[in-house]
Amino acid sequence: MNPDSLVVENLGKVYRKYASELQRCAGWFGVPAKPLAEHWVVRNVSFKVARGEAVGIIGQNGAGKSTLLKMITGTTRPSEGRAATFGQVSALLELGLGFSPELTGRENARHAAGLMGMQGSEIDCLIPRIESFAEVGNYFDQPIRTYSSGMQMRVAFSVATAVRPEVLIVDEAFAVGDAYFVHKCFQRIREFREAGTTLLMVSHDASAIQALCDRAILLDGGRLILDGLPQEVFDYYNALVAEKENSGVRTERKDGLVVTESGSGEATFEQLAVLDAQGQPVQYVEVGRPISIHARVRISGEVPRLVFGYMIRDRLGQPVYGTNTHHTGQALEGLSAGDVVDFHVRFPVNLGTGSYSVSVALSSTETHLVKNYQWKDLALIFTVANVDHPTFVGLVHIPSQIEIVHTAALRWAGR
Amino acid sequence: MSELVKAAWRYRGFVRSSIVNEFKSRLSRSKFGAAWIVLHPLAQALIFATILSSVLAARLQGIENKYGYAAYLMAGFLCWNLFVEIVQRCLTVFIDQASLLKKMHFPRITLPLVVIGSALVSSVALLVVIMAIFPILGLYPSIAWIWLPVLLLLTVAFAAGLGLLLGTLNVFVRDIGQVMVVVLQFWFWVTPIVYPVSIIPEHFKTTLAFNPMAPLVGAYHDVMIFGRPPSNNLWITVAATLVLLSASLVVFRRASPELVDAL
Repeated sequence: MNPDSLVVENLGKVYRKYASELQRCAGWFGVPAKPLAEHWVVRNVSFKVARGEAVGIIGQNGAGKSTLLKMITGTTRPSEGRAATFGQVSALLELGLGFSPELTGRENARHAAGLMGMQGSEIDCLIPRIESFAEVGNYFDQPIRTYSSGMQMRVAFSVATAVRPEVLIVDEAFAVGDAYFVHKCFQRIREFREAGTTLLMVSHDASAIQALCDRAILLDGGRLILDGLPQEVFDYYNALVAEKENSGVRTERKDGLVVTESGSGEATFEQLAVLDAQGQPVQYVEVGRPISIHARVRISGEVPRLVFGYMIRDRLGQPVYGTNTHHTGQALEGLSAGDVVDFHVRFPVNLGTGSYSVSVALSSTETHLVKNYQWKDLALIFTVANVDHPTFVGLVHIPSQIEIVHTAALRWAGR
Repeated sequence: MSELVKAAWRYRGFVRSSIVNEFKSRLSRSKFGAAWIVLHPLAQALIFATILSSVLAARLQGIENKYGYAAYLMAGFLCWNLFVEIVQRCLTVFIDQASLLKKMHFPRITLPLVVIGSALVSSVALLVVIMAIFPILGLYPSIAWIWLPVLLLLTVAFAAGLGLLLGTLNVFVRDIGQVMVVVLQFWFWVTPIVYPVSIIPEHFKTTLAFNPMAPLVGAYHDVMIFGRPPSNNLWITVAATLVLLSASLVVFRRASPELVDAL
């Protein structure tokens, strides 16, 4: 038996644009035609997935994830290289395909199972299993058009996973539906995993990939950038996203749309970083851990008074916390060219999970309106993850203790 | 080639259930249900018979029955409707099922097979009804009717060859679908379906040799109306069918790798 259930070798997909579609058609019969433009969506991607392994594929929109999955599934043919799967493959790229609204859930389930290549007798055996897993009750014999979208997903997922495949390919398909059924879906995928199914999963959801996958692959611009442990790959991915976000802001500034970068420049930030307790730069920080924001400022002119301010914003740009050295009574006075000032802002990360940005400013007073040396939005970006605290929601972490007093009801003996 | 057949055979259950489901969803909330399958073509024949019989019925030679023209129309429509339904639906079958083709891996040849199957079911139903109507009109099926299964299969094969060829190309050049709407209209009128061959002026008759539908419709008339075996002209249709079928299979197989990309 082959130790790998999926081998991808130098896989590539190109979309070609021709001056006329007739040239494309001529190309099928060996008539060479030069395409106007070539667009490689995926190129030089190679990896192997061992039997029973679970691999997550991450990447930004347009990184080539879907194309890669389509080539592995077989709906799209690779332009170069090969993708070989060993054993029965089941792909959940989209649920509810081929459902027709006038037919009942049962008829649609039979039809979808046929689409997956099952024979009549096989389907007969599976229908009870599908019905009980979907839990849509009497609706199973009602037309699909009377279903809510959640119920439709239930039937679709039940059919798609009625038989345990050797290789399961999942594309965030089941991220919808009610929480109960999402749990059930994950449970079924976990059962498949335990029984030896190889899993390939595309998701933006870090927690889903970390919970289910042994390994992760990062795609960017159609190329494989990193192949490693999910945590490592996600760190790198976040850095990549942060970098892109920053560069996005920079171009905006050039157009003069965002005036906040303004500053006279007598004092400028030379270095900015988020550091952990050991003084190492980090992108990913855990709830409750101490971190510090470090800013090194170089003075290049007369600065009679210098106030350093910072503000932490959530991913929507709402201020979470901010203050400055004027309010804390630490304003510096009488600086001159050549001076270097280091600011260390130390605090515990009592923030909810998610992505945060830091804006920093240098001015002469508590507001930057009087004399503004430099102001930077989105100067730093870090992501907060909850690793060892009980799960919580919201923007802030407020550690608490829940006291429970349980008074048992009086029970008669023998009952 | 054998892969294509094998894949289609493996998915025969899917093809069958697709055909059944198609009729179910098309007919599910209508009162007359299955009757609609035959009511449309019969109504079509009735309309033409009502409007044109006084003009054309007299020109129909070799048949004495006063309902002869109506029967002539029914035989013609039996052939033409089967042909046109397959061609029209094959033209857009890949485009209509784009999302399925993009997301699911299954033999693509099953899609035209479903189209053929459901068109064939409609036509056989129509034939059954025609066989019931003809005796009422005073026309009795003759021994020549045993040709009908052959003719139906030939119609299916010709239509499938043309439909699959154009349907595949239509994915890449969408104008084909638009052009074919007009072409099929024109084709209907240049084929002797509502009029007898005898009214065609002599100098146009040679052009009929380039229309493979003319001998085919003619064969339906020969068999069903005149009770005689099809004329030798039918070889034109057989030859055209073989050419189209092989061309369409070659094009379909060559285009297959890029088919999904263009959807």
